[in-house]
Amino acid sequence: MNRRPADNPVAATVSALLIPFMQIYALYLIAHGDLGPGGGFQGGAIFAASLILRAIVFGLDREEERRLDNIAGLLAASGVLVYGGIGLLCMLRGGAFLEYPALPFADPKTAYHLGIYGIEIGVGLAVAGAMLLLFMKTAGSRDD
Amino acid sequence: MIETIAGKYNYWIYISLMMIGFYAIIAKGNLVKKIIGVNIFQTAVFLFYISISKVRGGTAPILWDKAVLYDNPLPHVLILTAIVVSVSTTAVALAMITRIYKEYGSIEEDKILKSRRENL
Amino acid sequence: MTDFLAALREHIPALLVIVPLLAAVIIPFSPAPLRRRGAAVSLLANAAALALASALAWEVFRLGRVSYRFGGWAPPWGIEYAVDPLAAVMLLLVAFVAFAASVYSGAAASGEITAEKLPYYQSASLLFVSGLSGMVITGDIFNLYVFIEIASLAGYALVASGRRRDALVAGFNYLILGTIAATFILLGIGYLYMASGTLNIADLRERLPHIYHTKTVLTAFAFLIVGFSIKTALFPLHIWLPDAYTYAPSPVSALMAATGTKVGIYAMIRVIFTVFKPEFNASVVPMKAILIVLSSAAIIYGAAMAIAQKDIKRMLAYSSVSQIGYIILGAAVASQHSLTGSLLHMINHALMKACLFMCAGLMLMSTGAEKVADLRGAGRRMPLTMAAFTAAALSMTGIPPTLGFVSKWHIGLGAVEAGYWAVVPVILGGSLLTGIYFWRVIEPAYFGAPPQSGHKNAEGGAPRWALAPALALAALGTLLGLAAHTPAVGAARAAAELLGR
Repeated sequence: MNRRPADNPVAATVSALLIPFMQIYALYLIAHGDLGPGGGFQGGAIFAASLILRAIVFGLDREEERRLDNIAGLLAASGVLVYGGIGLLCMLRGGAFLEYPALPFADPKTAYHLGIYGIEIGVGLAVAGAMLLLFMKTAGSRDD
Repeated sequence: MIETIAGKYNYWIYISLMMIGFYAIIAKGNLVKKIIGVNIFQTAVFLFYISISKVRGGTAPILWDKAVLYDNPLPHVLILTAIVVSVSTTAVALAMITRIYKEYGSIEEDKILKSRRENL
Repeated sequence: MTDFLAALREHIPALLVIVPLLAAVIIPFSPAPLRRRGAAVSLLANAAALALASALAWEVFRLGRVSYRFGGWAPPWGIEYAVDPLAAVMLLLVAFVAFAASVYSGAAASGEITAEKLPYYQSASLLFVSGLSGMVITGDIFNLYVFIEIASLAGYALVASGRRRDALVAGFNYLILGTIAATFILLGIGYLYMASGTLNIADLRERLPHIYHTKTVLTAFAFLIVGFSIKTALFPLHIWLPDAYTYAPSPVSALMAATGTKVGIYAMIRVIFTVFKPEFNASVVPMKAILIVLSSAAIIYGAAMAIAQKDIKRMLAYSSVSQIGYIILGAAVASQHSLTGSLLHMINHALMKACLFMCAGLMLMSTGAEKVADLRGAGRRMPLTMAAFTAAALSMTGIPPTLGFVSKWHIGLGAVEAGYWAVVPVILGGSLLTGIYFWRVIEPAYFGAPPQSGHKNAEGGAPRWALAPALALAALGTLLGLAAHTPAVGAARAAAELLGR
């Protein structure tokens, strides 16, 4: 994974152009998940794919690799915690696990929207983190 | 006869895919090829689930004014979960294969078995 | 405070799954100081789960079936968690063994698992427990599949974390077979959904009888049974089990042998008796005969193979194959007594096999003994370990007055009651063989001369906190045997409920 960008100018140029769009698209999918096709899973996977593409084309040095590894773990854990947190919050407010109308919003409809929104963000974080983690563990050079 | 074959072609494809996957799991000695077999095997089941969700004349289950009938969205959701599971299984398997390669120096089943027998 | 507790009580079914799940995520990804105390966090989470499971069991036995609606959606549309007395006992069993295993591994894992892998090990075992609790508690058949996969994925990783490189291959083979099994189960669920249009287990039970004879439902049943037979390691689909239990670290073997296959059998019993009604199994499909033949073969084959083993853990693994045969035999005969015996044997095997694997780990830690031959004179060098081992072995064999005797007696009685005389010699013969393979360990341990080098008491070599759970499990198992009336009455009630009487 220590190839440098000069190895392949075509791949470098194309991915440099592509990566920002991939990331915007990923965010769009997460943001749109409660109403249309898309959602946290797809968005998270595409977001992770953009970072993986960057790592494959431009390579990572040891320091970057270590940092990406830590970030990936953090993303995965925080995603699950966001998901569980929203569920537990519903419980604390007297509803069942993930019963969105129990959330402290003006009316149940808004609560549904925002609740699912929060869940999509949690899923997106978790999926992106897990994908990155899998990539790092199977293709990374660090031993553990 | 033609009706059963052509009219239910997706089910035939699902069965064929499943058998191809099964064959690869059993017959291939390379661990990565085995995992590819497992993946094909699981994909066959995804196709099966998507097939049963189809409603004749239905559109994709996205809210739309002109739609009269929607396909059943539940199997789609279920299979999304199954796809996640399949990805995780593949990832765990690949992680194991890389470690097996480090320990045994090969991912061919017969070589691994030979190496195990020699060290017994 | 009482308000909080009252509110908490309502949510126990959900919390039972969520608490270990969140703890599993927190441990490996938390900052270093907390990560080093992963053992404490995992112990805490397991203790919390045990407390929750006890509270839930208390509630279920007092008030009857508890149901929880996920997200507030009513069944059959939403996912329902349903706990009846049988599920409550299984949850308690899983939580108790998981707690004992986490006490054991807190003290013992350092010997078999490297320090950097430890947080991942703790995380995976919590995930495993969370998956198993989910499998027991869920009232939705697709949710069951998801929890099967959570538990299995954690299980593959746990097996592969053994210290020998063979553990990797064992884990990989387990993964391939486990995935095929889970995919079969998924396919079976798909066919059930295709035929009935529902995934809720209670709803399926109502809707299926009208379409029992359709090919779709028969296909679904076949896929489900084959899938669960692989998951529970029923002969001849057991080939993943001996390697997996032999090469996994001993806390993992204890946890998996005690709870993993038991919950698999529980899910299989649920499919046979709750999703489908007992009449289906009795009259529509010839499943009864097939399962009786296979489980009888499992009893004899497993026990015979166990006699031939030199490695202690491998012997215990084959013993599991044989004991699983007993449990499935009882369920397959499906008479009131045999099912009672089967449920009792599930409890007996869970407690005692966990104890036996812990003892095997203790022997390895204190004297480095891995082979049966290394145990000469172990009775004097490790008196407490061998005492626990012997108590568990007696119960496994079925010597009165142990729980194993009560459970095997019920299975035999049930078989006679249902007119299956032919399996009685299998039950007796299996017990005899069980006695032989355990005697092979116990006899030299107490009557053999210890090797010259190690006369002194070697038990100090093993951490004290690793010994305590093994002794506690043996004591609890023995106690249940001495006071067998209470569990037997409970099991009989659960069996009657399963049989719909």
